[in-house]
Amino acid sequence: MKKTDTIAAVATAMSSSGIGIVRVSGEEAFDIIRRIFRKKNGRTLEQMESHRAYYGFIWDGEEKIDEVLVLIMKGPHSYTAEDTVEIDCHGGVLMVKKILETVLKYGARPAEPGEFTKRAFLNGRLDLSQAEAVIDVINAKNQYALKSSVSQLSGAVSERVRGMREKILYEIAFIESALDDPEHISLDGYGEKLNEKLEPLICEAEKLLQSADDGKIMTEGVKTVILGKPNAGKSSLMNVLLGEERAIVTDIAGTTRDILEEHIRLQGISLNIMDTAGIRETEDVVEKIGVDRAKQSAEDADLIIYVVDGSCPLDENDREIMKMIRNRKCVVLLNKTDLSQQVTAEELEAASGKTVVPVSAKEGTGIDLLEEEIKNLFYHGEINFNDEVYITNVRHKAALEETLESLNMVRESIESGMPEDFYSIDLMNAYEQLGTIIGEAVEDDLVNEIFSKFCMGK
Amino acid sequence: MPNLEERYDVAVVGAGHAGCEAALACARLGLKTIMFTVSVDSIALMPCNPNIGGSSKGHLVRELDALGGEMGKNIDKTFIQSKMLNESKGPAVHSLRAQADKQDYTREMRRTLENTDHLTIRQAEVSEIIVEDGRLTGVKTYSGAVYHCKAAVLATGTYLKARCIYGDVSSYTGPNGLQAANHLTDSLIANGIEMYRFKTGTPARVDKRSIDFSKMEEQFGDKRVVPFSFSTDPESVQKEQVSCWLTYTNEETHRIIRDNLDRSPLFSGAIEGTGPRYCPSIEDKVVKFPDKNRHQVFVEPEGLYTNEMYLGGMSSSLPEDVQYAMYRTVPGLENVKIVRNAYAIEYDCINSRQLNATLEFKKIKGLFSGGQFNGSSGYEEAAVQGFMAGVNAAMAVLGREPFVLDRSQAYIGVLIDDLVTKENHEPYRMMTSRAEYRLLLRQDNADLRLMKIGHEIGLVDDKTYERLLWKEKEIEKEMDRLEKAVVGANEKVQNFLERHRSTPLKSGSTLAELVRRPELDYFVLAELDGERPDLPADVAEQVNINIKYAGYIKRQQQQVAQFKKLENKKLAEDFDYSEVPSLRREAVQKLNLYKPMNIGQASRISGVSPADISVLLVYLEQLRHQKR
Repeated sequence: MKKTDTIAAVATAMSSSGIGIVRVSGEEAFDIIRRIFRKKNGRTLEQMESHRAYYGFIWDGEEKIDEVLVLIMKGPHSYTAEDTVEIDCHGGVLMVKKILETVLKYGARPAEPGEFTKRAFLNGRLDLSQAEAVIDVINAKNQYALKSSVSQLSGAVSERVRGMREKILYEIAFIESALDDPEHISLDGYGEKLNEKLEPLICEAEKLLQSADDGKIMTEGVKTVILGKPNAGKSSLMNVLLGEERAIVTDIAGTTRDILEEHIRLQGISLNIMDTAGIRETEDVVEKIGVDRAKQSAEDADLIIYVVDGSCPLDENDREIMKMIRNRKCVVLLNKTDLSQQVTAEELEAASGKTVVPVSAKEGTGIDLLEEEIKNLFYHGEINFNDEVYITNVRHKAALEETLESLNMVRESIESGMPEDFYSIDLMNAYEQLGTIIGEAVEDDLVNEIFSKFCMGK
Repeated sequence: MPNLEERYDVAVVGAGHAGCEAALACARLGLKTIMFTVSVDSIALMPCNPNIGGSSKGHLVRELDALGGEMGKNIDKTFIQSKMLNESKGPAVHSLRAQADKQDYTREMRRTLENTDHLTIRQAEVSEIIVEDGRLTGVKTYSGAVYHCKAAVLATGTYLKARCIYGDVSSYTGPNGLQAANHLTDSLIANGIEMYRFKTGTPARVDKRSIDFSKMEEQFGDKRVVPFSFSTDPESVQKEQVSCWLTYTNEETHRIIRDNLDRSPLFSGAIEGTGPRYCPSIEDKVVKFPDKNRHQVFVEPEGLYTNEMYLGGMSSSLPEDVQYAMYRTVPGLENVKIVRNAYAIEYDCINSRQLNATLEFKKIKGLFSGGQFNGSSGYEEAAVQGFMAGVNAAMAVLGREPFVLDRSQAYIGVLIDDLVTKENHEPYRMMTSRAEYRLLLRQDNADLRLMKIGHEIGLVDDKTYERLLWKEKEIEKEMDRLEKAVVGANEKVQNFLERHRSTPLKSGSTLAELVRRPELDYFVLAELDGERPDLPADVAEQVNINIKYAGYIKRQQQQVAQFKKLENKKLAEDFDYSEVPSLRREAVQKLNLYKPMNIGQASRISGVSPADISVLLVYLEQLRHQKR
């Protein structure tokens, strides 16, 4: 584990525009900035004045990342009362993330949720009356982080991480039981065997890192759910938004039985959009499961797009959906404007209490109005990115990078002929790091594994 | 009115490995001490395996010695074979283990105790603790005598309501048929102490004359013996050693065990206690690891003046006839005669969560405890706890600061922290994997880590302490010299490197850099080192390890620095966690139950999350300011 006390995080909301700020705080903050910042003339920052901004570029080795302003604040005259650096960059989610990753690569660790505030408080920078507010921030951020890291981590990724952990733990347990009971369990020739087993583990860690880069580990963006009763045109809408035939569209109500999930960018806003089964009372078991899932995902959503079929009158099913969207961020689409209308926009607006946008998904008309409406909600702060998802993603990536580094260290130890007990130090580190991704602490795993897998003496 | 009344500073209940260390520590610190035992003949008895030390346990003994305990010195006087385990591995896991002459061990310890000033030995069964207003004021024996004291250490081992079992035979005795202590448990429960019931077991002892050693592999001791104690002269322990013997079980052994499982009290449910997973009976091993077609059996002498041999690896609670049948399938044991049957033993112990890190009961001031009574297993684990409990009892009586070691200082610290912080459902055994900072907590540097503390407490004499200070200085001087001493890329050096299969030098190098190469070390480099001073082996060893593993050591030191930050944030004993706003309910419950001594310990309690710790830190900071 990175045992540094220098932390970093994105200080601004992760939005698609404006300035993004990455904040670094702790003893090594200045050292880190010396390593990654170069002025326009290529020089590094050897001398720094407190409370001065420097213009230049962030570099990751020989790769230029972004043009930035760096603000230096020497402790105790900073928010956390520690040496602090703020890196102002050109906004944009990807760029802010990239800079945060660079800072982590060069020695900081990702801040825990609420950690800047906590430090500011513990270092006497905040008024004591704010203690409870600080506690609330920590609690809220932790809950949010917990929720997003668990709910957004795809099942396949957790499975792969679990698989790796299992294999690593087995090896540590083997080494440790041999160390504890050398007369019963021998480590002769073990290094070579372990080296062979490391190969696929290193490979897997590299693959996971790659998918972290592609944003495939955590789903980023506004979690958007398309809801509506069967055959309202949800899948058609999804296809229009995606600009491709992704969802199967038929005239038969109830075609979509499970959730389709896609990532789209709408006017610079990142949406993680889900097409769901139509909501209706049904006897069909499979369809019912789909309906329940749709309801569930609507509950977790940041934004709901409710599609109403304008060509038939509102019914019980619509009324149930309207109950679900009460007090939620929601845009109501009056679809099928190409057909004769049974429902008017005014009527729908009165019934739902939400803004209604008339569209025809089939013809593709009105979609621009929908995009405009979503953009408005977003820029007026009505809906937000799930910031924590980005941060969690960066955190996971840092953990994977350390896993990989630790596994490579084991390989090095084997090749340079170090004694076996040194392998388990780095293996344990890899195990702990992987655990942070799926939210599992170490506790007594090792001792349990030793006793369950290996026969100890006496 | 009691028929007999006496006054002491400290009463120690039990004279096993924990009781002996506790009593010695208190008496040596000048306190009037009385030690109770159900049998004076069983002082420092080794009722199970005939050895001291072993992986991580050897660490404990050395640490104890550095602090001023007795176990290391006693085994140095009485060992009959000694081995450094894991010598081919890294220095952190080297561990000493010695075979003891059991009777000698007991006799020597008894001699030491009997010749210690301020110490009274008394054969009597303590049946009650006397508590007034949450403070211990004395103990009462079964005969009705009352011993008033300011503090007491409970070290009853496996004797509380002990029951020994094999097959359907069960007897209410302690180990080796010794009298059990059947009354104290009730008094403890009446005083609100929560009890557990654990079990352990031991193999049969057999007659040496009935063994055919030609069918076994002989196991020798080390050529050069390293003593346990830092104050034992290494030359004094170079003596003739006896051998142990290795043989194996086979499919026939396992078949007999399987066929008779229904007669084992462990499987039939006649035993209710929780046994240790690391020290399984042979029937456990056969059931749990069906794929293993053989298990090792170590045949070890119990002493020089007895023919009894210990069958390590084959502890059991199967009936007598089955024991005979299974032992006799093992090569070399075909005609074996059993002297003492194998048996399982059940006993009362406490839920150790009730203790502070000082080993004092949270609810009863002045009452301390150590050893198997606390839910641990092993002579060494017992001894170190007895010592820590004894020292803390003495500190309390003397009005001095309590003495706690943390996880970064010693295996002792890890052991006690685990006992008082984690849920413990089986007899706890020390293991090197339990120590996070094991590269720093080596058996070779226990003196450098702990002897200063032992001296401060008053249990390490000035002479030993001065030798330590000298050693420290010499190590530093020599390391310094090696970092500066440069050898050139000349022919002599290149030849030397070639001989040791090491890459030739391109330019000059310091000797320290060469020590760091995996294929070289400080000792072989003597050849290139013209200026090397004549240093004792223990100094040279430290120089080699410190330079060779400097990178890893530094990394762990940084981790320790982080660890210490939370460890140094103290929590008050009477702190009510339900007053902390927004702390999750589970955390409140756990924290109120455990009452941790500091934030670090709080963070190790299962069910307390990092967010809870943050909340707690913020709240404490607020409190601190308000008090100002």
